[in-house]
Formats: sequence, C-alpha cells, structure tokens
Amino acid sequence: MSKKYDAGVKEYRDTYWTPDYVPLDTDLLACFKCTGQEGVPKEEVAAAVAAESSTGTWSTVWSELLTDLDFYKGRCYRIEDVPGDRESFYAFIAYPLDLFEEGSITNVLTSLVGNVFGFKALRHLRLEDIRFPMAFIKSCYGPPNGIQVERDRMNKYGRPLLGCTIKPKLGLSGKNYGRVVYECLRGGLDFTKDDENINSQPFQRWQNRFEFVAEAIKLSEQETGERKGHYLNVTANTPEEMYERAEFAKELGMPIVMHDFITGGFTANTGLSKWCRKNGMLLHIHRAMHAVIDRHPKHGIHFRVLAKCLRLSGGDQLHTGTVVGKLEGDRQTTLGYIDQLRESFVPEDRSRGNFFDQDWGSMPGVFAVASGGIHVWHMPALVAIFGDDSVLQFGGGTHGHPWGSAAGAAANRVALEACVKARNAGREIEKESRDILMEAGKHSPELAIALETWKEIKFEFDTVDKLDVQN
Amino acid sequence: MPFQSTVGDYQTVATLETFGFLPPMTQDEIYDQIAYIIAQGWSPLVEHVHPSNSMAIYWSYWKLPFFGEKDLNVVVSELEACHRAYPDHHVRIVGYDAYTQSQGACFVVFEGR
Repeated sequence: MSKKYDAGVKEYRDTYWTPDYVPLDTDLLACFKCTGQEGVPKEEVAAAVAAESSTGTWSTVWSELLTDLDFYKGRCYRIEDVPGDRESFYAFIAYPLDLFEEGSITNVLTSLVGNVFGFKALRHLRLEDIRFPMAFIKSCYGPPNGIQVERDRMNKYGRPLLGCTIKPKLGLSGKNYGRVVYECLRGGLDFTKDDENINSQPFQRWQNRFEFVAEAIKLSEQETGERKGHYLNVTANTPEEMYERAEFAKELGMPIVMHDFITGGFTANTGLSKWCRKNGMLLHIHRAMHAVIDRHPKHGIHFRVLAKCLRLSGGDQLHTGTVVGKLEGDRQTTLGYIDQLRESFVPEDRSRGNFFDQDWGSMPGVFAVASGGIHVWHMPALVAIFGDDSVLQFGGGTHGHPWGSAAGAAANRVALEACVKARNAGREIEKESRDILMEAGKHSPELAIALETWKEIKFEFDTVDKLDVQN
Repeated sequence: MPFQSTVGDYQTVATLETFGFLPPMTQDEIYDQIAYIIAQGWSPLVEHVHPSNSMAIYWSYWKLPFFGEKDLNVVVSELEACHRAYPDHHVRIVGYDAYTQSQGACFVVFEGR
C-alpha cells in the first residue's frame, strides 16, 4: 500500500508507539529506563527513543518512502512504571533483526546507545537489558573456549579458581615483576594477572615482562606439580600491536592472554577472541571504564548489558565485582548478570534485574571473576555467592601478608579449600564462616596470620546503584 | 630486629590440585565428599597414576566410571580395591558430570609413594 509524502515534523508516537505489537522471536528487545523532560508525555518520550535508536530522524524525509519503513522500524510496545520512582519509567522496544549486522556487537551498540542518549527531550536514559534473539546469538563467535574447556586445559576441578593481580600495579622492572608472579604461583595460586594499567611502559616493556613471567610459570609448575597461568595483558595502542603481543605469548607456551574490552573496544575484542579460539589460547577480560557507563542508576548502560555483549563478543573470564569487597555491587543484581555469563538459559526475574527470558543456546559460558578489596575473611561469602565457576582474586589480600606473597597465596588457597570442603559436607559456610576459617588456620600458620592481619577490615558503604524496588 | 623475627619462611610444596593444601582427610570426611558427589547426580569415577606422571592429563581409569552408582559403600570399596591393586599410585575420586562434560569434583584420596 503506497503512501503520500507529507513533509514536516510528526510526533514520534504516531509511528513508533505501537502498544498492540506482539514481539517476534527474532526481534532484538531492549528495556530502557527513561526520564523525560517535564511536560513531555511518556508515550512520546518512549517513541522518540525507539525512533532515534532505529530508523527515525526528527523530520519526515521523502526517501523513507523508497523503502518499507514499517518493516525496519524499532517499536515501543510497552511502558511500565519503575517501582519506587515517580519520574522515570521503563520503555520496552522491539527491533527487527535486519537492523543489525550478523555477529557485530559494535553495530548493535552503535544503534541502541548511539545518538539517542544525547536526545534533548530526555533528561536521563539508561539501557537496562537486551534480549538477544537466538538468530543473532548464533551469528556471534562467543567465548573462545568457555568454562568447560578452560577447566580441562588448566586441570582445575571442583572449586573456584584462585588468582591475584601483581602489585604494585606500576613501576616494577620485568625481572622484579616475574619474581612476584613466581612467589604467588609457588604459594598455591592458579593464576596471576597483569594490572590493567600495565601495557608496555618505559619501566617495563611488554616483551621483557612476557619472558620473565614465562620463566616464573614454568618454574612454579615444576616445583608445585600444578598447572599455572598469568593473564598477559595484550591490550595495546593498535590492533596490529595487540596481535603481535598475543603471538609472542603463544610462542612462549603461555595458556592465557588478557584484554580490556571497553577501553580496547568491541571490535578489537571480537577480533582477539577469534584469534584466541584459532590459537588455543584462553582470554581473560578486564572491564576498565565500566563504572563510568554503568554506575548511575538513571543514565548509561547497566553492566548486565555489557556482560551479555562481552559473552557474545568473546572472553573466557570477565570481572563482575565482588559484592563484599571495596567496589560497588549489589548481591541480587550481581547474581543476575553472573547467570547471564554462565547459564544456557536465564529466565526473566526482576528480583535479579533480568527483564527478559534469555536463551543462550550452545554459547559456552564465561567464568565470573571477583576481584578488588577482598581478603581471607571474605572467602566463605565469595564461595557461597559465586560458586565453583568463578575466579577469586586477592591482590592486597595476597601481597599484604606479613610473610610475603607466597604465604599470602597459601593462606588464600587453604581458606578456599576449607570452604569448598565444608560446603560439600553440607555446612552453611556463610553462617559458620568464623569456625570454618579458624579450624583451617590451626593447620596452616600462613592462614592463621592472615586471619589476624585482616580481622578488622570491612567495606561497608551503601550501594549507589540498587535494584528498582518499592520502598 | 623485630621485623625479621616475625617473618616466616614459606616452603614450596608439591600438591595434587584440589584439596592439596588441606591436611589428609579422615575416613568420615572422605565419605562426606563422596556423598556430595552422589547427591549432585554425578557419576563417581576412580583414577590412578604413578607419582612420576601426576601432571598428565589422562590418569588411568580404574575399571570404568560408575555410571549412576548411588551406593556410597560401593564407591568406597572400589577406591580401596584400586589402592590395593596399585599401592604405589596416586588414587583420586572424580564426580563426573555428563551434562557439562566436566568434573564437578576431583581430589586425591590415596597418595602414592
């Protein structure tokens, strides 16, 4: 049915607010939390978001009529109140699959969180969740290896993995850096990690670091009889440089490399992830800059969306916060996006912040990494919250041990294994945390000293970004 | 020098992965762990290897995985039988999870010499 060209400015809601629309299985669905300017009706705000994140422009244009815009447009199909908040509302928008390039997270985000976030009719806008249709998921590469393959390669079963970031985070020479890696690994850690700030600075060029770290790994494997790894950060100034570093890590026989997916960008990340699968390399993902984007409760992108995007773009481990440590993170919300990383199907559950059913199909899972301001006293809670498919990383909680990093590592390993053993034996490890740790400390002077060192340290600040609930 | 007097020397230990940092378990504690494997719906599996080859990916199966075995006593007697047949080998118990094709639990019960 042909239409006539009618120049001028139409209200967005005439075209993009379609409350009768029933979303298709192939649609990409998004939930935005919208806060409009005063006096603008909700339907108009929601329709504007749908329009500006899909096919719309502020004015009607003649060239729209050259195509079937009704086929391509995004539609707002539902508006909901935000519990406990009178100024904001949720807008649910359906986008047809053909708006997006296959396997391109970059393309999805450019559309959904592009210009629309600067739109003047809005005061704030936050992308809360995306339901990726199976048809899109199957076009993505996903994690290069996934949880099961990583366990098999590293020979770690029946417990969370244990790691730590090398400190001080900047300023060590390559040889001194390798020393700290060696101390941690001989003490019982599975992994050590480059700090995200470590790339290739004048005090320590990447090649020098890689060589000394490789030495530390080989030696600690020989001495302990266990498999070890170090996340070699290959995040670099150009993709070419990134691949060169990754190639060298492989040449040295290293099992894992690392990338910062937000500062590095999704295109670089997806490329590196493909390289990792092709080259049998594990991929650890750091998330520098995420709090700029995800912390404000009314503006930006929720971390669950970034986590979903990362699983599609590719990574075998992703930082998720700790709930209990020094960094922001609400328990239920964290559990919600950890599910998105690890499960093959995640049902809609508003109490965990998941707005849609999400079917992941055959996409492998990603290890959740808890890191930042945690120490042995947190171990029971961490094991209870994160479960076995996680990597628990203690930086200060390893190197800060009075006997040094090796003893700190051993203290953490003893505490971890004591908690897993107690959990398997049916004990309530969070309630009985004190007894479990004190008992374990009787057999381990390293743990006993760690328990004494960190007995008073807590980080009890209120979370800034909470789940939306009626108060 | 008060600082030096408080610093201990950490000696590297050779360990066999999960639970390698805990003292040897009592019989009851081992039974608790096997009961956990059975309660999770995993198949018990007994593997063994000579200590000189403990870092190998594949340890030898003792017989086959005990698919669907729910009886704790059967698993315990198979562990002991394996240990009797290979007294100088490491013997471990695995909770094999066919759904994930992974091991939900895995630890050494008898250390070889």
